Amino acid sequence: MDKRLKIGVLYSRVRVEEKWIFAAMERRGLDYERLDDRRIYFDVENPGDWLQYDAILERSISYARGLYALRILSSWGIPTVNTFAVAEACGDKLATTTALSQHGVPQPRAFTAFTTEAALEAIEFLGYPVVLKPVVGSWGRLLAKINDRDAAEALLEHKSVLGSYQHSIFYIQEFIEKPGRDIRAFVVGDRTITAIYRKSPHWITNTARGAEGEICPLTPDLEEICAKAAQAMGGGVLAVDVIEHPERGFLVNEVNHTLEFHTAQPTSGVDIGDMIVDYVVSVAQNRA
Amino acid sequence: MSHVNCPECAAEIVLEAGVEAGEIIVCPDCGVDLEIISLDPVEVNLAPIEEEDWGE
Repeated sequence: MDKRLKIGVLYSRVRVEEKWIFAAMERRGLDYERLDDRRIYFDVENPGDWLQYDAILERSISYARGLYALRILSSWGIPTVNTFAVAEACGDKLATTTALSQHGVPQPRAFTAFTTEAALEAIEFLGYPVVLKPVVGSWGRLLAKINDRDAAEALLEHKSVLGSYQHSIFYIQEFIEKPGRDIRAFVVGDRTITAIYRKSPHWITNTARGAEGEICPLTPDLEEICAKAAQAMGGGVLAVDVIEHPERGFLVNEVNHTLEFHTAQPTSGVDIGDMIVDYVVSVAQNRA
Repeated sequence: MSHVNCPECAAEIVLEAGVEAGEIIVCPDCGVDLEIISLDPVEVNLAPIEEEDWGE
């Protein structure tokens, strides 16, 4: 049955995750095509050959390329993993915060302001330290922990003068003292399939910044908050980053829609790539 | 076993088995990131520089 399905995989680079995904597709004998996001183009009003795909898995490294491709594919009715709406909500921290808030998912307190003066006022109201994040960004880039007013004034000025307009959408988050780690959990469909701790002595516990993975037991509480976070974003294949607060318990810090799992797969022993392919096939079968 | 020369420092690089087009490798001599453009014939280019919206 799988053989008649046609799957597309939109990608930028063949990372180890893509190799695992391609290998899982080949094991199933799936008819799939690799779609390099640097070489494709869309005739927006005429889908043409794009309609051959029963589903497209979006794995672009570039948020903008992935997002716009999903918007067009969605307008043509081609099923995608993840959907355009999910990518839109996950790729923008303010959109994520809003969606989690609407669904009552516990998260760190966050403020947004549009001028340096208002941002400074919000920071002082929240109290030091705070974390300033770009609304669009990943891999722990351009995160700033601000410990006092001097640093806040300097950083806000730098962002407003040196950054693009988007860096003047100030996203300010309370700083949470983590126990030297955070949790990354993987949700496929309605199941939380595995989780790892990301351990680092640095306050940024991102594996792209050197954090190390360690298996994290899936407790009912953790499964519940991750499933709830995934539902809030619209569902699909998602990586949920969770902070352990000493009093408030689990807080969802962010949700990623083109997840990387080069650390989690060997650490957990769970074949995440294989489970992603299973999910893509189920989406394609619904269309076929 | 395939060989290719680094376009940055001209070092000879031996490709590991199982590499694929589109994969990024690192030149063992100069450390530059290289993208494998094709395997037959083997061709590499300097990998694109990370952009602001890259990530997961």
